[in-house]
Amino acid sequence: MTGDARDAGFDEFVEAIDDGEGYYLACPDGHGSLPPRRVCPECGARDLTERPLPDGGTIDTYTVVHVGTPAFEADTPYVTAVASFGPVRLTGIVRGIDADEVSVGIPVGVTVEERATTGDPVLVFRPQ
Amino acid sequence: MTDARVAGVGLTHFGTYPDRTGRDLFAEAAVRALDDAGIAPNAVEEVHYGNFMGELAEHQGHQGPLVAEAAGVSAPATRYESACASSGAAVRETVRNVRNGEVDVALVGGAERMNNLGTAGATEALAIAADDLYEVRAGMTFPGAYALMARAYFREFGGSRSDLAAIAVKNHRHALPNEHAQYRSEISVEDVLEAPMVADPLGLYDSCPLTDGASAVVLVSEAYAAERDLDTPVSITGTGQGGDRMALQDREHLARSPAAEEAAAEAYADAGIDAADVAVAEVHDCFTIAEVLAIESLGLAKHGAGIGAARRGETTADGDRPVNLSGGLKAKGHPVGATGTSQIAELTRLLRGDHPNSDHVDGTVGVAHNAGGTVASAVVHVLEVEP
Repeated sequence: MTGDARDAGFDEFVEAIDDGEGYYLACPDGHGSLPPRRVCPECGARDLTERPLPDGGTIDTYTVVHVGTPAFEADTPYVTAVASFGPVRLTGIVRGIDADEVSVGIPVGVTVEERATTGDPVLVFRPQ
Repeated sequence: MTDARVAGVGLTHFGTYPDRTGRDLFAEAAVRALDDAGIAPNAVEEVHYGNFMGELAEHQGHQGPLVAEAAGVSAPATRYESACASSGAAVRETVRNVRNGEVDVALVGGAERMNNLGTAGATEALAIAADDLYEVRAGMTFPGAYALMARAYFREFGGSRSDLAAIAVKNHRHALPNEHAQYRSEISVEDVLEAPMVADPLGLYDSCPLTDGASAVVLVSEAYAAERDLDTPVSITGTGQGGDRMALQDREHLARSPAAEEAAAEAYADAGIDAADVAVAEVHDCFTIAEVLAIESLGLAKHGAGIGAARRGETTADGDRPVNLSGGLKAKGHPVGATGTSQIAELTRLLRGDHPNSDHVDGTVGVAHNAGGTVASAVVHVLEVEP
């Protein structure tokens, strides 16, 4: 949505997940957050450090989207889920499992794949 | 401190008007509100206006002066954008300005033009209320976000699609006599359950429609009302606003809306009431599950009990405490930026006795609950009518 310019912080985060080296930001009190971020949204601490994102997560909630935006037209229907990876949660599309087989609590990993509609990168959860 | 008195309210019909401009919709509502108040446009000292997607729908920013001019008002004008809580936020600012004595007469309202974008375009426009980087780029839609909350609610507290359907059925029934409502047709639980799925577990009839429309309210100080001998039986006696993390993924609870709990606590304390005093509520039911989260946050149902309130008849017109007697966003319609002031307009009429559903109100206290996004913004107002 921003032409050729990058979204500094976020794009590096996505690329790191794509390289299998995903991370999150941790404050001294252990609160997790995601970039771009200068201040811990839980406690206001400013010294945030990168920590490795856990390899495995679990699905906390999900939905099968039947009416998507134009940017996901060819992907529709698809499953969007929120999954916990240690102290942070991510939102992504679930692939590699039938929509009616998805359930809360199933273990997933996160990768970066392409949207069918636009070819843009999208966070994808696959069952582990 | 003075109360903010509701001198007049005005609404357009809520419906499908893709060819009508936002400015014209607002002018219609504003003129009605000024006429209802018996106040001339030149008496208005400030205009506060809510609108969400004007840049996308009409390629129009800087809408404050535009809509003030359309309403025939020459006064400073500001637009508020807080997603679906835009005009609720505008009302809150107006109430505070009136109560602290800075202004005696203010016009507050909102408008949204949506249907000219088409379903796909409006779906995309609504989605920008979410976090673009972490939610929209992962395929999150507005119905999808509430579906994630509905699934989390079912998981934590139980409940079913039939429970949600009872809310849609109730709100359609409430809208039947409302001349402003987009849908004035009864539906059945079966209709809701058999409708096409939008984002599982939410179907087409769990969702509010795309709506074009506008709303306006004239607020005045007590001194101004007394000086002009205006008939202003309804006052806004409490205001509150709450906030939360922007993205659903960053919330502690996926099945609660703490921003609305904070807003309600603040508004109730401001008005000196508690939840037990509330006789009638207009809440932000953009999806059926949203009404559940709303009434629980307002303290009208315990956590986990809101899901069954409509099915048990507690929130129906003949129930102990009717919710969304206007038809709510679900049946009356949801012109996003107009919804917050529309709730104030409906409650005012319900309390002062000139609403077609006024007979169902047994009490003097009403509450309006207006939520933005997945309730990262929430505004609650308490309205009271002189007994």
